[in-house]
Amino acid sequence: MSLLTPDIGLIFWMLVAFGVVFFVLVKFGWPIITQMVDERKKYIDDSLESARQANEKLAKIQEESAALLKQAREQQSQILADAMEQRKQIVEKAQTEATIAGQKILEEAKQQIEVEKEDAIRDIRRQVGLLSVEIAEKVLRQSLKTDKDQMAMIDRLLDEMDNKK
Amino acid sequence: MNKNNKAWKMLRILLLAVGMLLPYPMWAQSEAEPEAKEGIDMTSLILGHIGDAYEWHFWGEGENTVAIPLPILVYSQERGEWFFFSFEHLEEAEKEGKDYQGFKIAEAGEPNAGKVVEYSRASGEWVRPVDLSLTKNAVGLIINSIILICIVLGCAKWYKNKKPSDEAPRGFVGLMEMMISMVYYDIIKANIPQHVQRYAGYLLCAFFFIFLTNLIGLIPGSANITGNIAVTFVLACCTFLFVNLGGNKEYWKEIFWADVPGWLKPIMAVIEFFGIFTKPIALMIRLFANIMAGHAALLALIGVIFITANISPVINGIMTPLSVIFAIFLDCLECLVAFIQAYVFTMLSAVFIGLSVPKHHAEGH
Repeated sequence: MSLLTPDIGLIFWMLVAFGVVFFVLVKFGWPIITQMVDERKKYIDDSLESARQANEKLAKIQEESAALLKQAREQQSQILADAMEQRKQIVEKAQTEATIAGQKILEEAKQQIEVEKEDAIRDIRRQVGLLSVEIAEKVLRQSLKTDKDQMAMIDRLLDEMDNKK
Repeated sequence: MNKNNKAWKMLRILLLAVGMLLPYPMWAQSEAEPEAKEGIDMTSLILGHIGDAYEWHFWGEGENTVAIPLPILVYSQERGEWFFFSFEHLEEAEKEGKDYQGFKIAEAGEPNAGKVVEYSRASGEWVRPVDLSLTKNAVGLIINSIILICIVLGCAKWYKNKKPSDEAPRGFVGLMEMMISMVYYDIIKANIPQHVQRYAGYLLCAFFFIFLTNLIGLIPGSANITGNIAVTFVLACCTFLFVNLGGNKEYWKEIFWADVPGWLKPIMAVIEFFGIFTKPIALMIRLFANIMAGHAALLALIGVIFITANISPVINGIMTPLSVIFAIFLDCLECLVAFIQAYVFTMLSAVFIGLSVPKHHAEGH
């Protein structure tokens, strides 16, 4: 039964030994280590947190840049479409203008042709008049070669004038 | 090729070891002295090994004993004096059949067997003086305490001039930090989140003191300290004091005026009051019994070799390797137990302390 009865001497030495261990370690041992462990844990937690935040920020920036890029692409295609549209309009306008100008030129040419034609016709008429007068003179001269013919003619003309009166 | 060579070498060493174990008892048998035939008193041998002693015995018997006699410090109440002398004097006096300054070691069969007793002139009997001798366990305690202080202060020194952003320690300090963190976070913070600083020191001390002492106790030739009830008694008393001195109002209210129907209140108070004492007593017995039983089982397994040596060489030849294998297995198990018991003691202490400082208005949470 001696195993189960605590020995006073050993209790005393245990108190002394454990007491010394307790006071020395509580004062100089554990606090230093546990404080450092706590601080390092906090440091690691903080670092993880800041890393997470940095990652989030990075992701946000990436998202933003992607959005920006997309917007730029849209703008680019918009500009391209606009340019196409404009080109088409310009070409159309130019065509219309060209058509109008052509017609105008054509019109003017026609008018000029008309004028020239009338001129030519008037000219021809005068020529024809002159020619016919000349022809008539020649014909007249031919038929009034003698004085008698001339007197007959005068008489007739006088008669005609009298008849007219 | 190299691997094969190595394996072959290992096998040869193993065979050699088994071979050395096998024939030895047979030769020993033939040369054995007649007194070896008398048989061994295993009970006293085991009790002697796991008990306390006034000398640090290493090996050998009788003339060949290799042991360090330890100092004896006793106070005689009758003479009112302190006596301080070496155990050697008592041994020498015993051989001559005398006492030394009125002291002797009580023999087997007498009361206080194996302890220092003093002859009382008044009653004419051998009585026990106040015995503060530095016994084997006391010396072991002091050595372990010094080792523990050196280890922890050595680790603490590493942390000087270190910032939290510095690299974590490696090697031994890293191992210690891992174990300290385990106790600190998993045991202390988990159970007593509201008063970590107040109790961390004691619980860390208790864990590492028990763990280190358990491990050192496994070294052959060392003292069986945590398997001694006086040591576990002091540890349990410390837990008892920390639980009850730190206990707040709610804790005492829970004990003496628990939240149960009226007629149950007195019964609960009695049960809870006894609970105050049974908890540390359970701690004390658990640690003591586990370590003591482990040592006893190991000694018994080794003892099998010597018991069978006296029965028959064949049985001995079979039993020796078996008991060695079992002893190795048990030693590994004891290493585990050394940790588990330290963990359990600290964990339960932390749980009891945690229950003694319940959070105010706990039901509000």
